[in-house]
Amino acid sequence: MKATTVSRGKGGGPDMSAAARLRATRWYQQPRWRRLAALLGTALLGAQVTGREGSSSDIFLALKENTTGTGMWIWLGGALLVWVLREFVSEQLAAGWAGVREGARAGASGPLGRGRELWRSLPWVRVAALTALAVFLVLLPLLVTRHWQQVLVDQIGIYVLLVIGLNVVVGWAGMLDLGFIAFFAIGAYSAAYWTGSLPVEPPVVLNNFLVIPVAVVTCLVAGVLLGAPTLRLRGDYLAIVTLGFHEMVYLAARNWRDTTGGTSGASVDRFEIDLGFWSYRWGLDPVPYYWLLLVVIALLIFLFLRLEHSRVGRAWTAIREDEVAAAATGVDTVRFKLLAFAIGASTSGVAGVIYASKLGFINSELFVLLFSILVLSYVIFGGMGSIPGVLLGAAILIWLPEAMRDQVPAQDRFMYLGALLVVMMIYRPQGLLPSRRRRRELEMAEEGAGGADSLGTSEGRRV
Amino acid sequence: MTINDIWDVFVLGMVLGSLYAVIAIGYTLVYGVLQLLNFAHSEVFMAGGFGGLIVLTLVEPVAAPSGVQSVGYVLLGMAGGAALGGTVAYFLEKVAYRPLRRRRAPRLVFLITAIGASFFLYNLAGKIFGRNAVPMPSAYENKRVLTVFGTSLNITQLLILGSAVVMLLGVDYVVNRTKLGSGIRAVAQDPEVASLMGVDIDKVVSRTFVLGGLMGGVAGFLFGTNVQVFPTMGFLPGVTAFAAAVLGGIGNVRGAMLGGLLLGVVEAFTVDLVGDEWRYVGAFAVLVLVLMFRPTGILGERVARAA
Repeated sequence: MKATTVSRGKGGGPDMSAAARLRATRWYQQPRWRRLAALLGTALLGAQVTGREGSSSDIFLALKENTTGTGMWIWLGGALLVWVLREFVSEQLAAGWAGVREGARAGASGPLGRGRELWRSLPWVRVAALTALAVFLVLLPLLVTRHWQQVLVDQIGIYVLLVIGLNVVVGWAGMLDLGFIAFFAIGAYSAAYWTGSLPVEPPVVLNNFLVIPVAVVTCLVAGVLLGAPTLRLRGDYLAIVTLGFHEMVYLAARNWRDTTGGTSGASVDRFEIDLGFWSYRWGLDPVPYYWLLLVVIALLIFLFLRLEHSRVGRAWTAIREDEVAAAATGVDTVRFKLLAFAIGASTSGVAGVIYASKLGFINSELFVLLFSILVLSYVIFGGMGSIPGVLLGAAILIWLPEAMRDQVPAQDRFMYLGALLVVMMIYRPQGLLPSRRRRRELEMAEEGAGGADSLGTSEGRRV
Repeated sequence: MTINDIWDVFVLGMVLGSLYAVIAIGYTLVYGVLQLLNFAHSEVFMAGGFGGLIVLTLVEPVAAPSGVQSVGYVLLGMAGGAALGGTVAYFLEKVAYRPLRRRRAPRLVFLITAIGASFFLYNLAGKIFGRNAVPMPSAYENKRVLTVFGTSLNITQLLILGSAVVMLLGVDYVVNRTKLGSGIRAVAQDPEVASLMGVDIDKVVSRTFVLGGLMGGVAGFLFGTNVQVFPTMGFLPGVTAFAAAVLGGIGNVRGAMLGGLLLGVVEAFTVDLVGDEWRYVGAFAVLVLVLMFRPTGILGERVARAA
């Protein structure tokens, strides 16, 4: 990418041939200076991103302070430093980096590689490791403070359930669902309705646990009704239709005050088991909910892992990699995509029931669009298609902002998440802990062989 | 509801709809060349609102502007909106989409990038300019000036209608009659052949984004004048305009105009008959119905074929 001819002065002298003049680039068009401009631009943006909060009464306040404050100088200095390193000492750095990589490769047969070897060859190592992990997860809430117990249940637990569901849609079936929280809301409102907590009376009052299958069915039906007409079309319409669907559900929850309680909400009964000889009531303590969630999550992970390697899972893979070929070999693509969409929707519904029963209260503002994007970013960050990946993604992205609450303003969180999505898509679309198959698909798609999503007929045209 | 009321609501709908039409063109142009739903276009629109706000706050309009002054302020505001809208669209393409295009990334990756960019941009705007709504400094005294069949229009409404008509004619001219337009149509039809014919695809894509951004920016300024400017202002008009683009046949420029006007009228009647809080439900319902029964939209798809 080096400029062939570099003119000095004003665009080349009269002694240059016409071709040379055409090839000539101005000094500022050289890659080196363009990179400097890009870095300085990034620094300007960075200073605004990390700077102080603006104010609506004086819209220039933040702009002024952030471009004159120390933050700006730090960013500019950093950008210059990076540029200098990149332009003038990059060869030494590259050599050093190669050394590090060499070392890492050597290390693969070292302790880390040996660990992997053991994992593969000896079943008892696997069993022991998984048992240790299970014991750790069961005991985890007893080791942390009350605040973190709440975070573990209200956020990590619920969102883990959600990411497992969305992973089926985005990771395995390769579709984009932006209305995931709509089904979460349907689940939560089902819980409120069937336990008799809404202003409207249900025909029979059910126990919260019995609401779970009811919510699953409701969400399945809603998902099929929404997905059936949409999935026959180009897949990217699904994204916008689900977005619209979410907005409708949200507006309904908000505006039908007589039915749903609107923004002021409704209180919901908590979980209760009554077997006659033994009964238990979940109360304000988050720990019992944690264990309940753990059981549900473990169950779902088990089911979904079975699904991934079943005929259904293989059908999804086939659709993702080449939809036309899959259809030609007899895979009913619409049906399998619909199945994935409906499975995701009902998982979201289950999460909704548990969420409502845990909080003991719901209102429309718990189901804003933002949360759909949050769930999506957890899935992407962790690695779509890989269950350990998405679990890790959700855990890290919930834990991190919670741990940095005092350092970074809460509202900024969403800005960083947006930037994270863009950066991940550019540099590491397969995510933190990718499934091997998904990573290979993304690479293959980039080489022009096969696909990595099921967004429909691409007609072989990519720009 | 008398005939007069219906006419009133209809005119109101046309005003709204002409804004949607202008935004919808941004979606449709980008879809035409890249086959990409550019979710972040709603943030380009929002940037236009802030662009106009910044310029008008800087020049501080005099207390009661009139005549030439008003015209000057309005033009300045539009220029500000167009400039910021175009800039954001340009960098959006360059920073977020171009690397993906180079790598021939799958479309899911594009969609996720678009969502991420949209999320980043409106939160950044909230961070820099504050998260509350700010009224646009008034460039003129907004009085009712014109009566059409018993419905009186104020200056803002006339301004929106007028500038929308100018922009729509302008973009129609650009797409059908200029060199850039034939580039856009060529890339929409077949990018590989277009590049073999000497079309610089990068340049065409970049300019398509900027063209959509300029118009989205002006629309943002007009929306800000009519309502207010705030970081999340792009979302609902953006989704409505997207629905309009699909309704008209995504990729089809004239279809987007038609779809925008139709949805504006639908929205005005929804507000009038059902209630203001259901304002945007009409558009979504129309979108879902269109996709069910006529997924190619009213005028069919493709910039190349139908523009």
